[in-house]
Amino acid sequence: MRKTPGKNPPRRAPARPDSARALLAFQRLMHGALVRPLAPGDRMQSRWTDGRPMAEVVAEFIKPNDRLTSFDRLEIYNRMYWFRIIDSFYDDNPGLRAALGDRKFNRLALAYLAKHPSRSFTLRNLCVQLEAFIRREPRWTAPHTALALDLARFEWAQTVAFDEAAQPVLTAAEVGRADPARLRLDLQPYVTLLALRHPVDTYMLAVKKRDSLRSEASNATASARPAGRTRKVPRPRRERIWVAVHRVDNRLYYKRLEAPAFRILTALRAGRPLARAVAAAGRGVTPAQVQDWFALWMQLGWICRRK
Amino acid sequence: MPANAFNGQTDYGIGLGLRVPHYVHILEKKPDVAWFEIISENFMCGGGRPLEVLDRIMEQYRVVQHGVSLYFGSADKPDREHLRRLKALVKRTHTPWLSDHLCWGSVDGTYTHDLLPMPYTFAAARTTAAKIRMVRDFLEVPICVENVSSYAEFHASEMTEWEFLSEVVELADCGILLDVNNIYVSSRNHGFNPYDYLDHVPHHRVGQMHIAGHTKFEKYILDTHDHPVLDPVWKLYAHATRRCGVTATLLEWDDRIPSFDEVHAEALKANEFIADAKNARKKPAPPRPRAA
Repeated sequence: MRKTPGKNPPRRAPARPDSARALLAFQRLMHGALVRPLAPGDRMQSRWTDGRPMAEVVAEFIKPNDRLTSFDRLEIYNRMYWFRIIDSFYDDNPGLRAALGDRKFNRLALAYLAKHPSRSFTLRNLCVQLEAFIRREPRWTAPHTALALDLARFEWAQTVAFDEAAQPVLTAAEVGRADPARLRLDLQPYVTLLALRHPVDTYMLAVKKRDSLRSEASNATASARPAGRTRKVPRPRRERIWVAVHRVDNRLYYKRLEAPAFRILTALRAGRPLARAVAAAGRGVTPAQVQDWFALWMQLGWICRRK
Repeated sequence: MPANAFNGQTDYGIGLGLRVPHYVHILEKKPDVAWFEIISENFMCGGGRPLEVLDRIMEQYRVVQHGVSLYFGSADKPDREHLRRLKALVKRTHTPWLSDHLCWGSVDGTYTHDLLPMPYTFAAARTTAAKIRMVRDFLEVPICVENVSSYAEFHASEMTEWEFLSEVVELADCGILLDVNNIYVSSRNHGFNPYDYLDHVPHHRVGQMHIAGHTKFEKYILDTHDHPVLDPVWKLYAHATRRCGVTATLLEWDDRIPSFDEVHAEALKANEFIADAKNARKKPAPPRPRAA
């Protein structure tokens, strides 16, 4: 079992990292120090996990120089770590930020990142656990947790749509030749199906429009943490919607779906044979409707062969 | 060295980092650029726009892969999925060499996304070199390791940074991506003479150089890549070029990125120093500049 990240770094650095094992202990200590949340004023915390003064702990393994103490030198890394991952979190979740407001969003960011440091070589995956975190710890998003969940799912779906792999698409002829009772299709890995409780697609468009207007007005490049107050975009009211987040010609799109169409696509993705997936649409759906939907999905390149 | 085993026997000249704000300009205007350096991690994905752009760039230009997350110095073993994706990209780009940093940045599978300095010990050098060899054998491409900027030094260190770099590359039998700006930044932060550094690394192993801008604060210098290259760094670059020969050189500009033409013009300033270095190599060596 892997060591839980950020928990129980060693109390002291080995006097001399003269083996691979000692090097690991050394790196665990420094890592444990630099990923600790910042204190007020974006300073490094003044006490180590065991209560000793941090300055004393750091001085054991980092040299001071004529301008900076050991504490100051490690603090540079501590600050850079947090600024980097917070910026990434802001970049990935503009809608969630707009819905929660800056103060609440920042608290959520710090709580999430403290529990879920990056476990991937790329920051692209930083927010992969955000939906689960919000479900587990709704206090960070209350009283807007339902909306926050919708937005976290929607914004992660955009990350997936941006650069997830594409499989060869199936042609209508290939589908036509197969036995619908046995044929199992799949959706492109970059397509995410979402059943949501708020119209976050239109909300996100409003947020983007506001941000682009603000950017034009200030003649500034996009920044994860723009200074000053921003005009609020009214939070959306509850309304059930079904959306596919996808891409066409490598551009991101959101497509609203009717509930029966959503059920068919969900059944396809779950691996049901074509005939059973179509039956999942339920009553009141005509064959012509289903035909039109499939024609569109094939045109969008969503349907591929199941591996 | 213009062409050597560590840069795949190439002689690429002056290149630029491929950055998102310049995509449209490059694809539409097709400027005359010798080569582009790509950040491997930005293209280690399954598909979508990143790979579309990369493929279109490769139709017109040579690219070289530069990574930020192999963490040769981390005590962790390399992540197999990471290496598998990286190898797929190597096959796609046909990069003649691949570079990443002489640093650590992950522990127990958790990533800092920073380039953290090593304790300069013989044990760390052995561990790091073994990892470089393993990665090179898996990827089947020459590797150059880059010296990083640093803001901290460790009591545990048994040698200077340049001795550590030399020890690692000799043990790993790999190349060096000599980042001249990083040498300058670290020299100011730690109080060593950057010319000592340049004079004591194995010059025959230098396969590429980096130049970049930095930011001065009251008590230290940060490697920010958000400015033009400063004069002391150009002087170091000239010295490095005299010692190592004319080497594939890349300007890094990663923040507050100006227009493509401005970045390109800044990179091409290196030509002046290359010409000077070529002339200087025909004459007796000039006195070594003093540290700034």
